[in-house]
Amino acid sequence: MYFDNGATTQVDPEVVKAMLPYFTKKYGNASSLHKYGREARKAIEDARTIIANYLNVKPSEVIFTSGGTESDNLAIKGVAEAHGKGHIITSSIEHHAVLNTCKHLEKKGFKITYLPVDKYGFVDLNKLRESIRKDTILVSIMHANNEIGTIEPIEEISKICRREGVLFHTDAVQSFTKVPIKGPDLISISSHKIHGPKGVGALIKKESVKIVRQNDGGNHEFGLRAGTENVPGIVGFAKAVQLSKPSHVQEMTKLRDYIIDKILKIPDSWLNGHREKRLCNNINVSFKNIEGESLLLYLDSKGIAVSTGSACSSHELKPSHVLMAIGLRPEEAHGTIRITLSRFNTKEEADTLIKEVEAGVEKLRRMSPW
Amino acid sequence: MVEYTKKVMEHFLHPKNMGEIKNPDAEAQVGNPVCGDVMKIQIKVENNQIKDIKFKTLGCAAAIATSSVLTELAKGKTLEEAEKISRDDIVKALGGLPPHKLHCSVLAHEALKKAIENYKKKYKPKNKSK
Repeated sequence: MYFDNGATTQVDPEVVKAMLPYFTKKYGNASSLHKYGREARKAIEDARTIIANYLNVKPSEVIFTSGGTESDNLAIKGVAEAHGKGHIITSSIEHHAVLNTCKHLEKKGFKITYLPVDKYGFVDLNKLRESIRKDTILVSIMHANNEIGTIEPIEEISKICRREGVLFHTDAVQSFTKVPIKGPDLISISSHKIHGPKGVGALIKKESVKIVRQNDGGNHEFGLRAGTENVPGIVGFAKAVQLSKPSHVQEMTKLRDYIIDKILKIPDSWLNGHREKRLCNNINVSFKNIEGESLLLYLDSKGIAVSTGSACSSHELKPSHVLMAIGLRPEEAHGTIRITLSRFNTKEEADTLIKEVEAGVEKLRRMSPW
Repeated sequence: MVEYTKKVMEHFLHPKNMGEIKNPDAEAQVGNPVCGDVMKIQIKVENNQIKDIKFKTLGCAAAIATSSVLTELAKGKTLEEAEKISRDDIVKALGGLPPHKLHCSVLAHEALKKAIENYKKKYKPKNKSK
């Protein structure tokens, strides 16, 4: 039973079917002039058009990359290098792909402001306005947070940035196909979060925005991302976009609310993030006097996959920077798990999940000295 | 994600000697909830021998497993033997721990050491006065 769709998703069988010919039959290099090459080229350009139409942008504004992290790097470093110097504003709850890119630029002499967030994880728009300076070149704020699901007011942020003449980038990896998006100058999206294959994503970049490419080589992707295109991946990505439906969002929202209501009946538990302005598939919940990793592994022993909100399960022992930023104490952050849904999860699965979370929390609390 | 040994998972899912002793002769609590792990060890001593030992732990799977395996190692041992249980003994008994979870063995080691210390503090003077 898979409830870790914020990490990655099952590839839709339809997507696999669409990709297969591009491994064994239409395997040409899209830069080649012969029939094989032309087939590959057509597949890429068709995919580009599908994604462009979906986002209401021009096909020339879709740059295929290897995924969300590369898109974030290309957007932020690309803008920074195009300006040479300056000030960048981001938030304290960004994905590491953005945070560590900003830290890298900080070492290179760029000035970075990390905006705080409130208890729900919303960026303070007044602080954003106050932080914009003469030398600000870019604002990078995520569309929806990967841990707590909070959806940031990016339309407002777009307006503020436009008024101030500052470029705006958003990491929309978690929200793509789940929340409509309009406004940012640069948008990072990824395939494997939406039932497409891993290893492919895109940077959506308004034509007027100048960036410096980060991969040197051939003239692929409008000269902005050198490297032979991942044709099956790109085809699969577009197919995954085509298969996404607004009804999936409604169904996931319903299941999400069902699970939240049931799980919050467990004593000494609470939801992190905002109750409504959150991703349709995200549930981030903390339990007093348990450790998230223990609950994760208990659920795993029952065949249920979730993730921890606290980074204790990864190689870091420090609690999650996101949970710290919204004001949780370390001991509270440790007791957190993240449940992320996909359109494939059923109510029956949800009932099993709820039952096992209750049992796991009870078992672990019996073990606690408190 | 960390990779735990089968032994760690066994102890985590089916911990030994978990719970509380009604009238323990001594106990010790170590760790800090801020870091994520708190361990409480209780002992019952008869004829200088650990007759019963129980733990309660708030923490990750490694913290629970080290507590559990520690109680197995210590049960039935004399206080002097139990004091000699090292962090390495705990780690070995679990078939190893991921490097960044080694501190859990430090915690378990410290908990038992302190419980024995507390026992000695409590009963040594009495023995002398007898």
